[in-house]
Amino acid sequence: MNLTLNIWRQKNNADKGGFREYKVSDVSKDMSFLEMLDVLNEQLAGKGEDPVHFDHDCREGICGMCSLYINGKPHGPLQTTTCQLHMRSFNDGETITIEPWRAKAFPVVKDLVVDRSAFDRIIQAGGYVSVNTGGVPDANEIPIPKKIADEAFDAATCIGCGACVAACKNASAMLFTSAKVSQLALLPQGQVERKERAEKMIAQMDAEGFGACTNTGACEAECPKGISITNIARMNREYFSAVVSSENV
Amino acid sequence: MILDSKIPEGPLAEKWSKHKFNVKLVNPANKRKYDVIVVGTGLAGASAAASLAELGYNVKAFCFQDSPRRAHSIAAQGGINAAKNYQNDGDSVFRLFYDTIKGGDYRAREANVYRLAEVSVNIIDQCVAQGVPFAREYGGLLANRSFGGAQVSRTFYARGQTGQQLLLGAYSALSRQVANGKVKLYPRTEMMDVVTVDGKARGIITRNLITGAIESHSAHAVLLCTGGYGNVFFLSTNAMGSNVTAAWRAHKRGALMANPCFTQIHPTCIPVSGDHQSKLTLMSESLRNDGRVWVPATKEIAEKLRKGEITANDIKEEDRDYFLERKYPSFGNLVPRDVASRNAKYVCDEGRGVNETGEAVFLDFRDAIIRDSEDVIRARYGNLFDMYQQITGENPYKVPMKIYPAVHYTMGGLWVDYNLMTNIPGLYALGEANFSDHGANRLGASALMQGLADGYFVIPYTIGDYLAQTPYTKTPTDHPEFQKAEADVKARIQKLLDIPGEKTVDYFHKKLGKIMWDYCGMARTEEGLKKAKAMIKELKAEFWTNVNVLGGNEELNQSLEKAHRVADFLELGELMVDDALNRNESCGGHFREEYQTPEGEALRDDENFAYVAAWQYVGEGEEEVLHKEPLVFENVKLTQRSYK
Amino acid sequence: MSWVSKTLSSTLGRKLLMALTGLFLIIFLIGHVSGNTLLFKNDGGEAFNIYAKFMTTNPAVKILSYLTYISVLAHVVYSIILTRHNKSARPVAYANSKASTNSAWTSRNMGVLGTIILIFLVIHLQGFWYKMHWGDIPMVTYAGEQYKDLYSIVFFAFQSELLVGLYVLSMVFLGLHLSHGFESAFQTLGLNHVKYSPAIKKLGLAFSIIVPALFASMPLYIYFMN
Repeated sequence: MNLTLNIWRQKNNADKGGFREYKVSDVSKDMSFLEMLDVLNEQLAGKGEDPVHFDHDCREGICGMCSLYINGKPHGPLQTTTCQLHMRSFNDGETITIEPWRAKAFPVVKDLVVDRSAFDRIIQAGGYVSVNTGGVPDANEIPIPKKIADEAFDAATCIGCGACVAACKNASAMLFTSAKVSQLALLPQGQVERKERAEKMIAQMDAEGFGACTNTGACEAECPKGISITNIARMNREYFSAVVSSENV
Repeated sequence: MILDSKIPEGPLAEKWSKHKFNVKLVNPANKRKYDVIVVGTGLAGASAAASLAELGYNVKAFCFQDSPRRAHSIAAQGGINAAKNYQNDGDSVFRLFYDTIKGGDYRAREANVYRLAEVSVNIIDQCVAQGVPFAREYGGLLANRSFGGAQVSRTFYARGQTGQQLLLGAYSALSRQVANGKVKLYPRTEMMDVVTVDGKARGIITRNLITGAIESHSAHAVLLCTGGYGNVFFLSTNAMGSNVTAAWRAHKRGALMANPCFTQIHPTCIPVSGDHQSKLTLMSESLRNDGRVWVPATKEIAEKLRKGEITANDIKEEDRDYFLERKYPSFGNLVPRDVASRNAKYVCDEGRGVNETGEAVFLDFRDAIIRDSEDVIRARYGNLFDMYQQITGENPYKVPMKIYPAVHYTMGGLWVDYNLMTNIPGLYALGEANFSDHGANRLGASALMQGLADGYFVIPYTIGDYLAQTPYTKTPTDHPEFQKAEADVKARIQKLLDIPGEKTVDYFHKKLGKIMWDYCGMARTEEGLKKAKAMIKELKAEFWTNVNVLGGNEELNQSLEKAHRVADFLELGELMVDDALNRNESCGGHFREEYQTPEGEALRDDENFAYVAAWQYVGEGEEEVLHKEPLVFENVKLTQRSYK
Repeated sequence: MSWVSKTLSSTLGRKLLMALTGLFLIIFLIGHVSGNTLLFKNDGGEAFNIYAKFMTTNPAVKILSYLTYISVLAHVVYSIILTRHNKSARPVAYANSKASTNSAWTSRNMGVLGTIILIFLVIHLQGFWYKMHWGDIPMVTYAGEQYKDLYSIVFFAFQSELLVGLYVLSMVFLGLHLSHGFESAFQTLGLNHVKYSPAIKKLGLAFSIIVPALFASMPLYIYFMN
């Protein structure tokens, strides 16, 4: 396959940035999208040009480090991570536009690399159960209905890639935040800090500058892990009941 | 040099309890006077950083990823072992200990492994309390499955994403301490060197990957939780960023590297599809429960297959060679990882490989589908089949899967004593970065166990013993040793950037990977290893004269990052070859073709090689010096593994 | 900041207000459309005029109507605040975006639809509501009691093709707005349940078709009746 790539290049956060066009040839259908970019980078390096920087690590769809807004969609045309996207999803001669995640809360670091530390700070605001190591009860002391455990697991599979924010017309982080709020609200271990958690995490989410939710469902449709927007509904419930009943004035 | 493993006296089952009582303690009010550096935020690093911060130490945690949540522990699929015996099927701490020692082909320390089995039960309790959503039965209690040939069900799991859930648990504990101000986080920061003052580890030098700033961080102790070095093979199931740099820097500052040749090759990975391949994807080992491994009986048929003249389904039953079932009638397709991997290599070496590259064997579900129906197989392995199809574009319900072994885990690592301290006082290594618990071969579902055991339940006790004897005074970062180390790092960066070369970093990495895979992979020979050593030396020399590192230091520069890592892999590769050459026996993941039983199985030499090979760096271009820590087995009887 | 103002200035609090006011306006629409079906009664407008008087004089209805004004106002003001906030959350837009593949057009254009509906509302209120309250309206007498003859105003107004066309078109937009707004309000309130959500979805769809269709049929009926 021969492809034309229209890639966002930006030297650093202060740089204005812009698109540049590149040609890559002899792309195999079996390559992953990132491997195709590796080929481009080897080509650029050979010419002494600065390679295109993009985030990636595990390349098996679980670490959440890869991003890229490909042809108008986060992680490209399939509902998967960019690293699991293969070139057979594209056609010979196609032009592919590659942009970084766009959100105020995700500033561009370089080229296609963005800073997603806002997600870390949301978790730091309350996405945990406050137990110290040791001194915890036996794992089987509190039975958890299988259905609840499974639902909590489904929420917990979030990989924190930020595709939800990238997909959302408002750059909202509701799906990400709600996945953690839900996981811990569902489990008995999360009950003690339930109210405080919802209040604090949402306050942090807002402080980071993410947008609000319009319930378009774009996040769910693009989430590579299929996190459901029922989690957002649950987070809303958690939040509203927390603010009216908690003692945080 | 005498290697003191500091294994406590007394009966095996009492060693850890006794040791915990005997170690010195740091008064709760004094803990805040100590600073601890944790490099790496995977299972070992995140759990250690969180636990130490909870105790009151001031922790600085470093990772090269953009978030601690992305460490490669996240990719572990299968599960985590613990001797809970919830299934009432005869498990016990001793059985888990025994299985681990035996699985490691008797090349691990008894005391460490027993402690690992002992604290395994606490790990599960801890993770559940953090809100880790393990799989459960309908009654609401935790579910278990059997794994990796164990005869009991002791593996706890969270669908196929156990590593992810455990890591996110540890990450949440870490995040809590960040919020509490007890952990300061340094993401996108790579450790470049260890700083020792008067022979003790007193800090590290880092590079900020975004700005390129070289910084000094001082502390009373340094913990390296930096994972394994499987990427020395270029292609492995490791993440792209996984590297040996932190461990290797420590090694060059005097820390011993133990058993570096012990690498684990996982039999069920998706084969390489071409030169463009950047990494390999693991398929869960559980597939071998229902899939049958085969290749064409003759080279001629295989050739037709590779040329695309026929497809797998065209091959008649009598022309198929189910080689594992044929050679190992009792274990069949379920032989241990190393045996399955090696045999796949043999049949491919005979020219019977089934894909274009000739390096793949079939894993066929045809018979299972006929026996159990497609729906049953889908329910069992649906997600794996989907993943396979996504990557290869082939439908495994219709055509057999193709698999091939890939580097997966490294049992070797920094030498540590019972306290997880390297031979440099104040420098610790945890998790996959150390060598301690898996001997020559790791059992399935034990990596997660070890990472969390080290971080949650071992280091919080053992570090106190060291710190209690360390004065509160901090080493200022303008200390000459820091300045010297910083200058070294800067000089090295400049040296890399200044090489007027033509080849990209990946060129060297790929070449090194191929050498390692061909000569220091699944099967090794003296001749091959000697050849590899010469080739690596040559490649290393070429690297330092002909690599082209683009860009500058004061920016995000992935080319420079890679160059650092590959430079270290080149040195490590040579040591791995030395270690493999030295170990004139076959054991676990280390298979020397000269040392095998008449049936072609690994032949250990307990008399001469029941020791830990710990290597000391003595200077640029000089051969490393071998130190031996004898392994003493008082509680298990050494036997020959047999899976016939 | 008190916890109330803090909550109402959070993204979730603002959404809550949008949902609550939206739902209240949905209830209002039910009342409005059912009352206005009296226009279909072929009685020269008697029932309609009596109803109109009741609606403008009954104290309970008065309270409800003030709530409606507040809801409209709050719905508009908060939508502006939210839209501004949402826009600021993505300062650099994508060069290439295929949002149509992951979400419905209506859900992404509630602001546009809302603005159109607001313009319609101004015209609508000016034409009938303002006249009813403060305008010059002919009087009719039923059973000895005097009533404002709003019916004649309506009747007269809907002789214009332009106005009928505007009303019908506006109701299409209202339908589109409701088709997302109805279920979205429930989602925002967290009223999401595996048993009831599918029903709410269907109800929302039915509502967004039936109510605007009924409204649109009124000017059409009057226009063609003549």
